[in-house]
Amino acid sequence: MTMLPPSTTRKLGLVIDLDTCVGCHACATSCKEWNDAGYSAPLTDTDPYGAAPDGVWFNRVHTYEVQTAAGSKTVNFPRSCLHCDNAPCVTVCPTGASFKRAADGIVLVDADKCIGCKLCSWACPYGAREYDADAGVMKKCTLCVDRIYNGNLPEAARVPACVAACPTGARSFGDLGDPASGVSRLVRERGGYDLMPEQGCAPVNKYLPPRRAPELAASPLPRPAGRFETALLRWIDRILT
Amino acid sequence: MNPAYSIVFFTTAAGAGYGLIAILALYAASGDAASRGALALTALALAAVLVSAGLLSSTRHLGHPERAWRALTQWRSSWLSREGVLALACYLPALAWARQLWRGTGVDPILPLASAALALATVYATAMIYASLKTVDAWHRGAVPLNYLLLSLASGAVLWLALRQWSGVADARDAAVTAALLACAGLAKWRYWRSIDRQAPTSTLASATGLGALGAVSSLAWPHTEQNYLLKEMGYVLARRHARKLRRIAAVCAFALPALAALASVALSDAAGSVLLGLAVPALALGLIVERWLFFAEAKHAVAVFYGR
Repeated sequence: MTMLPPSTTRKLGLVIDLDTCVGCHACATSCKEWNDAGYSAPLTDTDPYGAAPDGVWFNRVHTYEVQTAAGSKTVNFPRSCLHCDNAPCVTVCPTGASFKRAADGIVLVDADKCIGCKLCSWACPYGAREYDADAGVMKKCTLCVDRIYNGNLPEAARVPACVAACPTGARSFGDLGDPASGVSRLVRERGGYDLMPEQGCAPVNKYLPPRRAPELAASPLPRPAGRFETALLRWIDRILT
Repeated sequence: MNPAYSIVFFTTAAGAGYGLIAILALYAASGDAASRGALALTALALAAVLVSAGLLSSTRHLGHPERAWRALTQWRSSWLSREGVLALACYLPALAWARQLWRGTGVDPILPLASAALALATVYATAMIYASLKTVDAWHRGAVPLNYLLLSLASGAVLWLALRQWSGVADARDAAVTAALLACAGLAKWRYWRSIDRQAPTSTLASATGLGALGAVSSLAWPHTEQNYLLKEMGYVLARRHARKLRRIAAVCAFALPALAALASVALSDAAGSVLLGLAVPALALGLIVERWLFFAEAKHAVAVFYGR
């Protein structure tokens, strides 16, 4: 069924803090490791040690440079599925393989129904879907649906692998449909925003902007005290010029 | 966008086949004598070959062609699904029409009408697969279904004119209809090219990252050093100077040459006209393939901005 649910009970998603992300790619590699054995396994690699390695990843970390008023700033930018409320990847699917769950809003692909037409990847402006040429089906972030509800894991570990791996706490997981949740509070307090709002996808995941750095004025160096030092420095200065 | 050859062939060949069905139905409705006999049956057979070869070709780009039947289920939301349903539905009245032509017992007028309606609806659904994607600025516009429909009708008209010429029943009216359709299709395509050249992109790196308020954003490092699916499928960028040259080839082969051949065939002897239209058909095929290849190769996907393109 590729009609979108009119509304979802919960809106599970991620909040990504661009202020604290250090661009270590731990989220991306941890995602790859978990999902290589998870719901959409395997995340096929082709020619991994050859001349043209390629493979399926659910999470990609870009690095951008922003020319701010105070000079150039580097911003690391993890990009993954935003589990959109108005997901165009779901409605274009001709087979019903692509769907959004009414219970928690997670967007998934049923690999047994996917015909590999790739239209969903064309419909997504965020590049969230990557085709597995080996399996002949489309793959995407599952929000670690096989971790977050996994009773075999200790409760603290029931978060997406990328969130568990982040060493700086730049990734938070929770219910963005609940105004009282931690992630909703983060979004409110830090001015969390949507990527490409003009595409009309209503993404659930939010991004927190880099904080503005305090403007530090350089203070003048202390002058050398004492007559002897002054005289010595003048003498050296005269010799050098 | 990556121009997949199976899709370029499908949209052009099936488009011409559906256009031929629509033109034939138009002639049948106007009471044309030739559209009631063996010539009409030949035209329907040609259309069936073009459409069927195109549909089979389109399944070749699928990861799981054996599951293609599943694509008929989501017609409520998906234009790709609607295209499949309409394409199959079109076979029913068209085959019934062909059967009545074969038997020579007279054709129920509803059959050509239904065939033409479903043929054009299929072409429209194909175009809407692209036009419904907000992620591709060059496709998300009303000109796309108009282009597809006009190109389908014009290419179908050229085939029908050639068949009539080879059977010795072509007249000035047939040539005029074909040339007029080619002129409309060419004009619409020219307007499309002009408008995509002038369009500002919907999404930019500033809106993609949300960092535009801080200052000018540029890509410093990609997430990966090698190609990936996104770059291969959606990062396909055609050099502009190549696009100009290819547009000229498409304009001459798909529109100018067939239109001139159609008009010249009226003035020439039957034999010379037949040879001329025999040359116009391969020119049209080449022109349409270049035009459709460009439709993909010139279209930029929003995801490319994440890569600073």
